[in-house]
Amino acid sequence: MTDKTWEPKIIAFLCTWCSYAGADLAGVSRFQYPPNIRIVKVPCSGRISPNLILNALRTGADGVLVSGCHPGDCHYISGNYFARRRFALFENLLEFIGIEPDRVNFSWVSASEGEQFAEIVKDVTARVKELGPATHLVKKFNEAA
Amino acid sequence: MATINSKISEEIRALAGKLLEEKKIAAFLGYCQGSLPMTARPFVARTPEDTDKLIWNSFCVLNLANYLPELLKSLEPPRGPRDPAPEGPLPKVAILATGCWSRNIVIQIQENQVDRDRVVICGVGSRGMVAQAKVKELFDGREILEVIEEDHKLLVSGNGFNEEINRWNVVRDNCLTCIHPDPVIFDIRIGDEAGQRKNDNRFAEVEKIDNKSTAERSRWFTDEFASCIRCYACRNACPLCYCPTCFVDDAKPQWVGKSIDQVDTSIFHILRAYHCAGRCTDCGSCESVCPMGINMRILTKKLTSDVLNLYGSEAGMALDAPLPLTTYRQDDPQNFIITEQAADKEGE
Repeated sequence: MTDKTWEPKIIAFLCTWCSYAGADLAGVSRFQYPPNIRIVKVPCSGRISPNLILNALRTGADGVLVSGCHPGDCHYISGNYFARRRFALFENLLEFIGIEPDRVNFSWVSASEGEQFAEIVKDVTARVKELGPATHLVKKFNEAA
Repeated sequence: MATINSKISEEIRALAGKLLEEKKIAAFLGYCQGSLPMTARPFVARTPEDTDKLIWNSFCVLNLANYLPELLKSLEPPRGPRDPAPEGPLPKVAILATGCWSRNIVIQIQENQVDRDRVVICGVGSRGMVAQAKVKELFDGREILEVIEEDHKLLVSGNGFNEEINRWNVVRDNCLTCIHPDPVIFDIRIGDEAGQRKNDNRFAEVEKIDNKSTAERSRWFTDEFASCIRCYACRNACPLCYCPTCFVDDAKPQWVGKSIDQVDTSIFHILRAYHCAGRCTDCGSCESVCPMGINMRILTKKLTSDVLNLYGSEAGMALDAPLPLTTYRQDDPQNFIITEQAADKEGE
């Protein structure tokens, strides 16, 4: 689509201990980042099941960002290590069936990385904008009359 | 002439009869003749007389491990969810197991679905099972009324024709690329050890798709799964799918719509395959039972190849090896994480 006014909708799943706090720091430090992300706070990146990611895409998100603590810093000791294995396999599977790799993104952001968080959001928004609106795995719901 | 399979059938009957007579087991899980040509039906023999019905041939395509947890549960005395476990040893079950089935039993033991002490695993070396669809394709619509199996050929007959085909040409794809035809654990061995199969590249079918462009892969995926009628036969035939409530049946939240809308079927197949990540043994039951001939096995095969490449493990090969997604290493590959990609660039 070449609609210049189109802005992507991106769902960001942030872990409450690191990435959400990082996003909070970006806010209080007044780092600017695109308003395209909608944040969903989750207890841990290990909470993220592929169901949630696919559900976001299915109901109209153009991109997904999942962010957790850096490896070794997980509040629950090992949640992000387990998550990392799951995400690696899931990302590969999505790529295998023809979903653009930039649609679904994973990152590590700590509570002190406010500036980095703003950078990641800019980066992800630019990637998704480049791809255009999501077309795969988007369910067409009948609009209410 | 006694074929390899008829000898194995004899051995199975004798063994099952003996175990049941000696009351060492309460049930023997095997196969009996199906009602249509080229079918074998999973069968539970509970008395020595039942064991006459047991057979073994190249059409035993369903994974018997699928029936094991429920059969074990059905033999326990009835009790409520809070009642204490019954005292004393519980009834045992003997089960036939080829390479992939035995690996599924290992996984069920690891996932606490099956108690190792309650199963007698009767290992059978697999010679590869025949795909009914492949045979039917060769006969192009002509009705097959009888198939007699010899060691290396199948004698197929119907109204006005009687032909001989090479067995290996109609063996299922997953059996062709199998490298573990022999059971990994067993208590009793039946027949001979399975020979090693020659495989240059068992992930060739996955690589073929991997080499396509993103747009081509997307088109391939949509076409391949377009005919799905959501009968869930693939899920029901899978020994890994034992959740009391499957994600497709969840209503709040509803993860996947119940229609045969292309998006719904896609999400169903992605998640079904993903739930088998690091657990699938490529037994091919899902593909064998599909009424629409969808090759959904390619998705789990992709995951199997990734798990092997990334984490170096194969599902169900040993009882003490943890399942790949229930463990981790601190140095697991993470180059797909965007913050790590940025860090790598800076480091260069």
